[in-house]
Amino acid sequence: MRILAVVLMALLGGALAWGAQGLPPRGDPGSPASSHEGVSVHYIENAYAESRTPNMVTAVLADYRGFDTFGEAVVVVTAAVACLLILLRSGAPAGGASSGAGGVAPGRRKEPS
Amino acid sequence: MTSRYDSIFLDRVARAIVPVVQVFAFYVITHGHYSPGGGFQGGVMLAASIILLRISTGEESFERFPRQAGIGLAGVGALLFALLGFLPLLFGGAFLEYGMAIPGMDPVTLRYWGIFFAELFIGFLVWGALVAIYDALTTGGVD
Repeated sequence: MRILAVVLMALLGGALAWGAQGLPPRGDPGSPASSHEGVSVHYIENAYAESRTPNMVTAVLADYRGFDTFGEAVVVVTAAVACLLILLRSGAPAGGASSGAGGVAPGRRKEPS
Repeated sequence: MTSRYDSIFLDRVARAIVPVVQVFAFYVITHGHYSPGGGFQGGVMLAASIILLRISTGEESFERFPRQAGIGLAGVGALLFALLGFLPLLFGGAFLEYGMAIPGMDPVTLRYWGIFFAELFIGFLVWGALVAIYDALTTGGVD
């Protein structure tokens, strides 16, 4: 199985490297994303007029690509919830904050019932 | 936490630094329109100020920022961001399309404020989430 995994990973990596050959060079002004067919030129020319935000990066982050940013924010919350679910300590002494020892190693995990 | 190795310098310096860090964090959030910065960066600074309090003053910091506040703040931030996204739907826009066609209001100004509130809610969200992760790693999280 290990050999199979190595072969699969090599094939996948090779496919990615082969696919990356078709990307335009970095900073190429003639690439589709940088030309007038793409969205970059629209952002650069209209970001201030459309959102009154001098920082173009913020306008793209929070407005034009707001749905992407919303997904990022949900990922952060999901990470916090996952940490709490894994590390949650049940049966802590009464009083919680006042009697809980700050900085001690994580306690028992909650037993699945 | 610090009872055995109490250091008055650590305590006083942390108490002096924390408010400055928090004010600068809100500056970073609100100045995202004009300079590098925004909700994620400012939220991380707010979380760092709380973690500095946790490290330096120990138990006392839980009175100022309770254990449950972290994950609560993260959830409220995400909920407000989602509501901000749903708001344009009421006026015929798309999800998170701040430039709504409300009579008497300039769509450009609405987008300006939409960006501002999105950054603010992201800041709260990152603040709460990082403090919650820190608390979970050090003390086992919410009881």
